[in-house]
Amino acid sequence: MTRTAPASPINRAARIPTKTLRQWLRDMLLIREFEVRCMQAYQNKKIGGFCHVYIGQEAVAVGCTAAVRPDDPIITAYRCHGHALARGMKSKYCMAELFGRIGGCAKGKGGSMHMFDKTRHFYGGHGIVGAQCPLGTGLAFATKYIDEVIEGGQSGKVTLCFMGDGALNQGSFHEAMNLAGILDLPIIFICENNGYSMGTAISRGTTMGHEITSKAAGYGMESAVINGMDALSVFNGMKPLADRCRETSRPVFVDMRTYRFKGHSMSDPRKYRTKEEEQKHEADDPIDRLAAQLINDQGMSKEEYDELIKDVRNEVREAMEWADASPPPPLEELYTDVYVETWGPYKGTSPPMMFLEEQAEAEAQKSGAKRRP
Amino acid sequence: MANLTLVQAINLALIQEMEADDRVILLGEDIGKNGGVFRVTEGLWQRFGPERVVDTPLAESGIIGTAIGLAMAGLRPVPEIQFEGFLGPAYDQICTHAARMRTRTRGAFSVPMTIRVPVGGGIHAPELHSDSPEAIYAHTPGLKVVMPSSPYDAKGLLISAIRDPDPVIFFEPKRIYRAFREEVPEDEYTIPIGQARVVTEGDDITMISWGAPVIQCMQAIEKASASGGAGKSIELIDLRTIKPLDIATIITSVKKTGRVIVVHEAPKTAGFGAEIATEIMEHCFLYLEAPPQRVTGFDTIMPYYKLELDYLPEEPRISEAIEQLAAF
Ligand SMILES: Cc1ncc(C[n+]2csc(CCOP(=O)(O)OP(=O)(O)O)c2C)c(N)n1
Ligand SMILES: [Mg+2]
Repeated sequence: MTRTAPASPINRAARIPTKTLRQWLRDMLLIREFEVRCMQAYQNKKIGGFCHVYIGQEAVAVGCTAAVRPDDPIITAYRCHGHALARGMKSKYCMAELFGRIGGCAKGKGGSMHMFDKTRHFYGGHGIVGAQCPLGTGLAFATKYIDEVIEGGQSGKVTLCFMGDGALNQGSFHEAMNLAGILDLPIIFICENNGYSMGTAISRGTTMGHEITSKAAGYGMESAVINGMDALSVFNGMKPLADRCRETSRPVFVDMRTYRFKGHSMSDPRKYRTKEEEQKHEADDPIDRLAAQLINDQGMSKEEYDELIKDVRNEVREAMEWADASPPPPLEELYTDVYVETWGPYKGTSPPMMFLEEQAEAEAQKSGAKRRP
Repeated sequence: MANLTLVQAINLALIQEMEADDRVILLGEDIGKNGGVFRVTEGLWQRFGPERVVDTPLAESGIIGTAIGLAMAGLRPVPEIQFEGFLGPAYDQICTHAARMRTRTRGAFSVPMTIRVPVGGGIHAPELHSDSPEAIYAHTPGLKVVMPSSPYDAKGLLISAIRDPDPVIFFEPKRIYRAFREEVPEDEYTIPIGQARVVTEGDDITMISWGAPVIQCMQAIEKASASGGAGKSIELIDLRTIKPLDIATIITSVKKTGRVIVVHEAPKTAGFGAEIATEIMEHCFLYLEAPPQRVTGFDTIMPYYKLELDYLPEEPRISEAIEQLAAF
């Protein structure tokens, strides 16, 4: 299969502060390190069931998140660690979730596919392919309704709804697109087109797979093709789309060309693609690319780069230690978070530790109280 | 005879039915070239070609709807849904079309389709990959619901399902896909749909189960007999077919024992155990020595793996129920 990502648009790096670019690089390195450790932890049986890693696609989550505001809703499917981290979820809560521990963002009861961060407007983390698309439409409907009807102002938010290319084949995707179109909703459907849904190449599973923006055309929707292997292209492509979407409240569809370097999940022999194809894409590593841009154009030194790498290694190591120290959910947790009320066997509900800890931290900060770092 | 796992037995049944009948075709996500997520259809694409082992797009509603059309036109489709949790998008097609087509068309059309679906917990997977929705489909008139617990039964039941003139949901307990092997005849044979199997005979307690928990039941029975406790001679019935329910086998047994335990993985409330208990009350009320007991999953969503074994009806919980019932 030959798929060529479009060339980067004019490198507008100069307009983006070096500090910001370094932050993106750190975020991407963090996701990469996190995922590499996840794979090891899976081998060591610290993580059970499924684990879908984001290696190769880091520029997408980081670049897209950077193109919107922190309170713009984000929702995605099951390959969700990268989006959670890019949105700012602390790696320890994410790792604890994967380890099935009570300290996890879903109390260790959800695992790899179920990352949520209400504080950061990150709506998950959902296992059914395509099913998040109508939810995204609903989120966009809600922000518009709240802004316009309840607040009496102007719609001012943009929802990012991520999906894999496999979702293009689900009815829910098409229903969501049509609804968003007919209701004029401020949402960007971002198809992370990595060319495969499990072992099915897009050309074998999707009509017009070589030009999926044609799907958007059918819904009268603006669309764009963006090189998802280059953080700058992602940002520079997404920013004007997001700004316009915010302004006009018209939905957008993005064909985000990317590649998943690893298997679909941990048990995937990848017989459906060639080593050569993989090597070709691995040579186009989004992290190397951004690092090179920073080193060549922005004067980042090799030492600084190494420092970043060391920094994320430490962070992920600490996240793993923290996750490991967190106990598994106690048995009572089977009956919590099903209903709000306490009745029959049900024990009501409570926010995850992450939420409470971060709230306390925020309050401590507000009051200026001293606290240990 | 060959010593086969459940996966291999199903694979063999598919091969034999496909060889015997050109109308049998398979469709599903990654079932062809890649042999399916659980490798159940391994080698079939190579053997029968892409016309008969059809790799579909990721579209459950489309897969099942298409299979219904194929079946109405006279073919014998055997679609695969990768996990029971993905029946959701196909639910509409299954319950509004497949189940009702014979009735809706007053017998003019039927849907001889067998939906193969891995089911249940025990493989460390979270919700939607570990659920047991058999009662939902048993509740829908027009569907047959089958769930084998052994390689031998799986082969014979699948052949019957494929030949059945009406839609069958064939649940495959993924926990025991490769857990053990059993002698399975190479020759074709069928096990009638709607016929339970008495796994062990006993006089004191009737234990009823289906799918993977049958194995846990056998462990509990072994433990009970090892402890030599009086009043713990247990008759284990493996339903094999959930709908139509083999009520005759149950009645015969309960009239003998007067005590019943139903074991299933699905949540308790409105689970199929409730239906069985009611049937028993209706038919054997005067023979009962104790209220029917249920050992089931909890009324909650399947949790991620640290709590999985607490959720599932494992041997200790079944043993406890045996103790309670024997002492009643
Ligand atoms: C409705 C539904 N069907 C099938 C699956 C099983 N499944 C999980 S991921 C996947 C492939 C999805 O591919 P894609 O959408 O391209 O996302 P990617 O894995 O490439 O990120 C499949 C078939 C599912 N989770 N939900
Ligand atoms: Mg994909």
